Order: sequence, then structure tokens, then C-alpha cells
Amino acid sequence: MNVPEKLRYTSDHEWVRIEGNIATVGITDHAQEELSDVVFVELPSVGLAVGSGDSIAVVESVKAASEIYAPINGEVVEINTEVENDPSIINGSPYEEGWIFKLRFDEKSDLEDLLDAGNYEDLIH
Amino acid sequence: MSGELKETPLREVHVELGAKMVGFSGWDMPIRYGSILQEHKAVREGAGAFDISHMGQFFVEGPDAASWLNKLLTNNLDKLGEGEGHYTFLLNEHGGVIDDLLLYRIRENSFLLVVNASKIAEDYAWMKAHRKGEVEFKDCSEEVAGMAVQGPRSTDVYSRMMGGRTLPPRNGVDDFEVEGQRILVCRTGYTGEDGFEFFSASGGGAHWFRSALSDGAAPCGLGARDTLRLEMCYPLNGSDLSPERSPLEAGLAFFVDLEKGEFMGRGALVAQKSQGLKERLVAIRCLEAGPPIRPGAVVQDREGNEISRLTSGTLSPSLGVGIGLSYLPKALAKVGTELRIEVRGRNIPAEVVKKPFYKKG
Repeated sequence: MNVPEKLRYTSDHEWVRIEGNIATVGITDHAQEELSDVVFVELPSVGLAVGSGDSIAVVESVKAASEIYAPINGEVVEINTEVENDPSIINGSPYEEGWIFKLRFDEKSDLEDLLDAGNYEDLIH
Repeated sequence: MSGELKETPLREVHVELGAKMVGFSGWDMPIRYGSILQEHKAVREGAGAFDISHMGQFFVEGPDAASWLNKLLTNNLDKLGEGEGHYTFLLNEHGGVIDDLLLYRIRENSFLLVVNASKIAEDYAWMKAHRKGEVEFKDCSEEVAGMAVQGPRSTDVYSRMMGGRTLPPRNGVDDFEVEGQRILVCRTGYTGEDGFEFFSASGGGAHWFRSALSDGAAPCGLGARDTLRLEMCYPLNGSDLSPERSPLEAGLAFFVDLEKGEFMGRGALVAQKSQGLKERLVAIRCLEAGPPIRPGAVVQDREGNEISRLTSGTLSPSLGVGIGLSYLPKALAKVGTELRIEVRGRNIPAEVVKKPFYKKG
């Protein structure tokens, strides 16, 4: 299972890439493998103010719908409409082309609750 | 989770192949080996093999076997010659469905019934309670392994597996032995594709399943089985069929012969027919690509009034849109009726369509 070292993670199987005050969010390789074929993605609206733990997107496979939570407080600044048009991108490239939304955040301290790659690997093994 | 679930004789193969397992009707069953969409496609375009060892097999023999079964089942057994089979229903007194099953006439006075896993005990108890005449009636479900091989290439798979032997004709059954072990092969299935169901002694099940895989069938799980059957509008008992619904309401009158003489539930069906059906199980197709629609989703009329719920629902891999079944009042059951399916507060536009959803070619 691919768990990139440079990313941060949540116990809900999301990954978070931090660049400045922007957090890019997607689902992990483990999550896409568990879900299998992603056939539908529901994205949040750009501009939406979100609190950590809010359910703001949905990723669905043939058998199950899986909610995607905001990993930190912030505002949605960008969404990946490519995965809306072709949800299978999430299976093929969960950490790159399969990103789901980007949040702008103010409080660096929010990041402290996120898992590092080692902690996340422990969680899924 | 698997603590209380029963394991099929094919389990060792599922484990080797890394199948994702789920509980289904009390059994630990593979839901998928890899991708449900690819397994679906394998069956539509090539061949796929499913473990169906969870299903039940009853054997009925004796001079009164035919007349007894014909009084318990809806289809007309007198139409079956030796080696032929058909789809039929076991009903309660009110004409409600206890189970839907396949009945095969192996020989003049010897029959095989293939019943749903979740209904084995109930079917057996019901039939035993209504036993009449000189019949021997046995539930052999525990001793039998089963697999279904389905898809346009399944005849090739069978030929390779069996050294050139050919399949029985559509809906037929072949009863023979291989190295002293009884094999029953039925030319039927639950996917809308050509194919067969293959029953052997449980100890030989894993061998035959491996043989089908090495002869060209892809292993397929319950996930693909559900999308394939729903594209064909084949009902799932417990979801689309129930003791409160008759086969007439389910749109399956073709498998009910009201003219054949008395049978369990007939009076109720005749009354229902003469009064006119109030509701019918219809096929509902979403008008645009969107989220999968799932069992239990609210069905609304075009004004937004809640009228029913889906009994089955999924995203059709072949069509790329949501499809489902629901019992709708007669006035809304006509092909072309506009509906909406509620998914997380959004209303997905849909309409009643002709069955099945999927047609070959």
C-alpha cells in the first residue's frame, strides 16, 4: 500500500498536502482500494467555510457511499472537477490527479491533529 | 464478523485470490476479487465464475413427486420433459412469495429444486408441512458445492473443463458422473448471459471452481452478481419479492399458470387479478449520469410527493446511470412516467422504463 512520506493523514483515510496556507485533500491509496471502483464524486462549493470534521464531499463506489470530512478548519478555495467528470481518476492516481478539494487555513496549530505517514501506516496494518 | 458466518467449500480459492468477503444470508461470501466493474464486464463480454454454494438444493423423488410439486409451485410442471427446467414460485396461502426458485425435472419422477440461501430452512419446513402422497424429499444443501459460469464464452469454458462435453439446452439439466462423483449442470443463470450452474459434492467444489478459472472464467463476486441481475430486472428475494407481494405484482405472471388447476396461493392470485393490481414492480432509470441510487431511496412523483422506496438500486455499469426497482401505484407504473429519486436531499430525475434495462447488442 502506497503511503507517501511527505503527506499528512486522518483516521478517516484522507491525505493532506500542506503548501503554505493551502491544504490539498484526497483519499488514500488504502481508501480507494477498500472502496474499489469510484463511480461518483460529490464536491463541495468553492467559498464554503468548513470546520474540522464536517462532511463536505462524498465518494461513491458501486456498493457504498463514503463521506469525506474537512481535516481542518478553513475555506474551500478550489475543487477538482476532473474527478467529478471521471471518478476513476481517484482509483488510478489517488495522491496526484485524484485530489478532491483545496482548503485555505489560518491556524497552523490545526495541523497538529493530523497523522504522519508512520502513524497512518500503523492505523491501516 | 466471520465468526458466525458459514463458509462455502470454495473458500480456500477465495482466500488465495484475495477476495473481499462479506456476510450474505448467513454466509461469508466474496463480494469482489478486484474491481466490480471489471467483473461485470467479464461476464458481459467473456466469462465469469461465481460461488453459489450458499444456495440450496432439494431433491424430490417418487410416484407422487410431480403432482405434489405442481400443487405447491406456480409454473406448470406438466410442461417439463425429462432434462428440462423452469423458473417458478413457492407461495403462501395469500399468494405472497416465500421463494423464487429453479425446478428441474431430472427424470420422470425425480426433481431438483435450487432455492435461495436465505430461504433454505423456511422452504424446507413449508414443503415438509404440506407434503402429500408417496414422495421422498431431501435437503442436500450442506453436501453440495455450486458455481455459476456466466457470459458469452461460458460454453467454451465448459467444453475445455469437461473435455469436449456440451451443455444441455437452455433451461435444461444434465445429470452425470465424473470419477464416481455426481455432477448436475443446469443451463441457466442470474446475469442475462448464456451460462450454466454446476453442482458437485462439496469436497470437489474447489477443484471445479479452479478448473473454470484456468479454462478462461474470471472470478466474480456478489457485487457484480447484483449489478448484472439488476440490469436484467431479475428480482432478489427479500428485496424485490416478499411474502406480502405476489408474483403478479412483481410483473412475473409469465411464471404463474392459473389454468393448470389448484395450487397453493392460486385463489388469492385469481382474486387479485380480477380486482386489478393496485401496484406493480417497475423499472426506474435515471435520466442523467449521477450518484448510484440505492435500495431504500425515496421515489417521488413529478410534484415531489413521496410515493414509495426502491427495493433494489445501483449504478448500471453497462448504461452508466442509476437504475432501480420499486412497487408503484398503477397510475404511476406506466412506461415514460416521470419520477425523482432522492439522494442526500437532491432529487435525481428518472422515469419508468420497459424491462429489462439492458439488452444485448
